[in-house]
Amino acid sequence: MSSSQLARAADDAPRWRTNWLDDEAALGRVLLAPAVIYIVALVGFPFVLAIVYSLSDATVGSTALDFVGLRNFRRVLDDPTFWTSLSNALVFTLVSQFFVVVLGKVLAMALYRDFRGKWFVRLLILLPWVAPISLGSIGWLWIFDPVYSIINWSARALHVFGPDTWPVWLGQPHLAMASIILVDVWRLLPLATVIILAGLSAIPQDIHDAAQVDGAGFWRHLFLINLPLVMPIMLVALLFGIVFTFTDLIVIYVLTRGGPFDTTQVIASYAFFTGVEGGDLAAGAAIALFLFPVLVAVAIVFLTVARKAEVA
Amino acid sequence: MRRAASDGYYAARRGLARVGHVLVLAAFVAFLAFPFYWMVLTTFKETRDLVDTRHNPFVFNLPPTLENLRVLFEDTLFGQWILNTLYVGVLVTAITLVLSVPAGYALARLTGRWGQRLAIGIFLTYLIPPTLLFIPFSRIVGNLGLQDSLWSLVLVYPSFTVPFCTWLMMGFFKSIPRDIEEAAMIDGLSRFRAFVRVVVPVSTAGILTVVIFTLTLVMQEFVYALTFITTSANYTVSVGVPTFLVRGDVYFWGSLMGACLIVSLPVAVLYNFFVDRFVAGFTVGAVK
Repeated sequence: MSSSQLARAADDAPRWRTNWLDDEAALGRVLLAPAVIYIVALVGFPFVLAIVYSLSDATVGSTALDFVGLRNFRRVLDDPTFWTSLSNALVFTLVSQFFVVVLGKVLAMALYRDFRGKWFVRLLILLPWVAPISLGSIGWLWIFDPVYSIINWSARALHVFGPDTWPVWLGQPHLAMASIILVDVWRLLPLATVIILAGLSAIPQDIHDAAQVDGAGFWRHLFLINLPLVMPIMLVALLFGIVFTFTDLIVIYVLTRGGPFDTTQVIASYAFFTGVEGGDLAAGAAIALFLFPVLVAVAIVFLTVARKAEVA
Repeated sequence: MRRAASDGYYAARRGLARVGHVLVLAAFVAFLAFPFYWMVLTTFKETRDLVDTRHNPFVFNLPPTLENLRVLFEDTLFGQWILNTLYVGVLVTAITLVLSVPAGYALARLTGRWGQRLAIGIFLTYLIPPTLLFIPFSRIVGNLGLQDSLWSLVLVYPSFTVPFCTWLMMGFFKSIPRDIEEAAMIDGLSRFRAFVRVVVPVSTAGILTVVIFTLTLVMQEFVYALTFITTSANYTVSVGVPTFLVRGDVYFWGSLMGACLIVSLPVAVLYNFFVDRFVAGFTVGAVK
């Protein structure tokens, strides 16, 4: 815009400025519309379609679609593998998130202090979160290799494992579950840490000073001041962790493919193997929908946290 | 006398605390960064060195080699996968910016109470995972004739980048003083012009955050690409490496680890510059 145009725009201004309040609302809708339409079309519509498929007999091969009522859900609920997947998903999520939150708090406290090389340490700590999950998991596939596992080699070299001990990490039921939990903790710990660190940094320094003056020791300070103050933010970290873990397919797809004997099969992976690899879209959609109640629960807690933050 | 003793006691305690601090940090860094250290070592080792169980795996028993990287770039489609990922990444970033920058501005400035609710609604859609939507999408993509095409990813990826980026931009715009646009509007610019000519130019940091975040998400996405893409030449890097390079019983560990490193490290460095802003997005206003 040239300066003369600018001047002309300035001359025109008073005429429309009288109704700029109306304009504002209209402009707001216009600016919002594309994003909202895109989200409705590409999140809302497929979500409705997921429900439709779960009530139909859709398969990958055919385009026909007949409604069969709740038959798919009955089929899923009668399927023992589904129940195994559900309980595995719960164990996978709860155990890993327990460790993520506890370790995240410890690491955040360690990072809270200033020290030299903090930037680099933070870079190293963030690596698992930033690297594509599928590729990080490949790294672990190599670490857990049945023959060349570095864990086994080191444990034997340090005489932790005797000559007859050589666990196959991803091939034995309980070990496989422990391994995917370890990898999940590894990849989500950085996110939880930086979120909790943000919460710690937001506590005003005078609170710490006052506690110091009152002679509170480390543990007293931790449990009576520090923890209660960062509790809401730890909850946020936990909620993200739950969503990302409960719905995760990648770690399991790359490391175990649900094996051995479905002992690491979770809802997301079972939906994938049934719906996409098995071609049974209807059953796959029905299985995947069982993720939804957990997401609703998380959303409700989120809204409560957000409302509290608004009031405060 | 007593005072000196107590000084000594506190000095010792402080020293101990410092040692403890270093030990805790070292343990975490060892756990979190070890797989990447292991990738570096594996990438530059000869396969004969890797598979000899008598060798100490922590050292180079044979001289380091670039052979694994040569195999990766010359004998696999890795280069193609990187190009595919960048192609999808650039297009998705463009779509995300066009949709989420205006929407974020509208939510920050132009809408009242219903805007707040809508903003939280938009944020919550970020919680709906690909694993819930990939089954209907596989059919939608087929019906649109985009099966096995990178365009399917260009179409679908904004469904998870737009909600979070709208949220990020909203937070960013809220942090910009209103006076900036108001001054421009007193000078006669309309609200829209003021947004385009005055607010956007001072929002480079926020826009850059959205760009980095979108590129990272595109690079990480796995489920949709695995479902929609069937030809190895069309894979993105996050699917191509674990599905195509991991086949049968022969693993090219050196090349695999090289691939993981090359993709992960640059993104990690970029991300580290912007991490505080992402965290501000994740904490949903629970931290002020």
